[in-house]
Amino acid sequence: MSSTDKTQANETQADKSQANETQIVVDERVPTIKIIREFDAPRERVFRAWTDPDLYAQWIGPRSLTTKITKWAARTGGEWAFVNLQDGQEVASFYGSFHEVRAPERLVWTFTWEGEPDGVSLEFTTFEELPDRRTRVTGVSVMDSFEAREQVLASGMEVGVKEGYEKLDELLARTA
Amino acid sequence: MARDQLSRAFAALADPTRRDLVARLSLGDATVGELAAPYRLTPQAISKHLKVLEEAGLVTRRRDAQRRPVHLEAEVLDQMTAWIERYRAQAEERFRRLDALLDRMAAEEDASPDRMTAEEAPSHEDGHRPERGKQS
Repeated sequence: MSSTDKTQANETQADKSQANETQIVVDERVPTIKIIREFDAPRERVFRAWTDPDLYAQWIGPRSLTTKITKWAARTGGEWAFVNLQDGQEVASFYGSFHEVRAPERLVWTFTWEGEPDGVSLEFTTFEELPDRRTRVTGVSVMDSFEAREQVLASGMEVGVKEGYEKLDELLARTA
Repeated sequence: MARDQLSRAFAALADPTRRDLVARLSLGDATVGELAAPYRLTPQAISKHLKVLEEAGLVTRRRDAQRRPVHLEAEVLDQMTAWIERYRAQAEERFRRLDALLDRMAAEEDASPDRMTAEEAPSHEDGHRPERGKQS
């Protein structure tokens, strides 16, 4: 990579942090969480990163854990499951079904954390094409009660923002 | 703050009248009569809503004062905002990793035969394609 390329990569990263910032919408009337985020990549590629198990495991996180996918049939009616490992020890596991996989625009699945086996959310992820080969992803999770939603919102409390920013700093340093 | 209190606060705000009351109280303390005035609700109905907000810790009422004005506990609302912000930051952290992955995927796609040709002939100015649809 030439020094010119490096400068460009830096600017791109700075742009991303502003223009592509994640938005969260917590509806007060229904127990849903909406997440909106844009990506500087064409829709097919983003959809692939979401449905290919090897790629999905690389980004889903959280940072301090590794994700091991144990079941992954990314087709309508297929099942999925993954576990989070810390130093080789399983610390959390999740499973659900692919309700609909409609490449490259729509993904609907159910999501259960096994620590709360009665809890299940229905998650709609839509991939929208934007100009300049960019993509907007909108995720809507529907919980069965407000309490369940609050639990989801609180679920990452231990992980913390600090860790998130540490990982971000590393990422920025790598791409600089 | 205990999580169940936040849950109660979220649930209390699920009602449009109560959201409205909170919005009005964010401007300043008010009595039940003052709060009831713009609605076609009786002060009793307003009091019921206020009781839900009070149980959720969102409002308090001074016992000693004659008018017993209702006071908004703004820090509870701040807590809720902080919660959502933390959730947002975690999602953002995840998506930064996805950004990096998408860049790696793009680099792999660029390592296609036409890219190899460009690299084999570095003196050729036109060999450099604009990167992934970005304006250069």
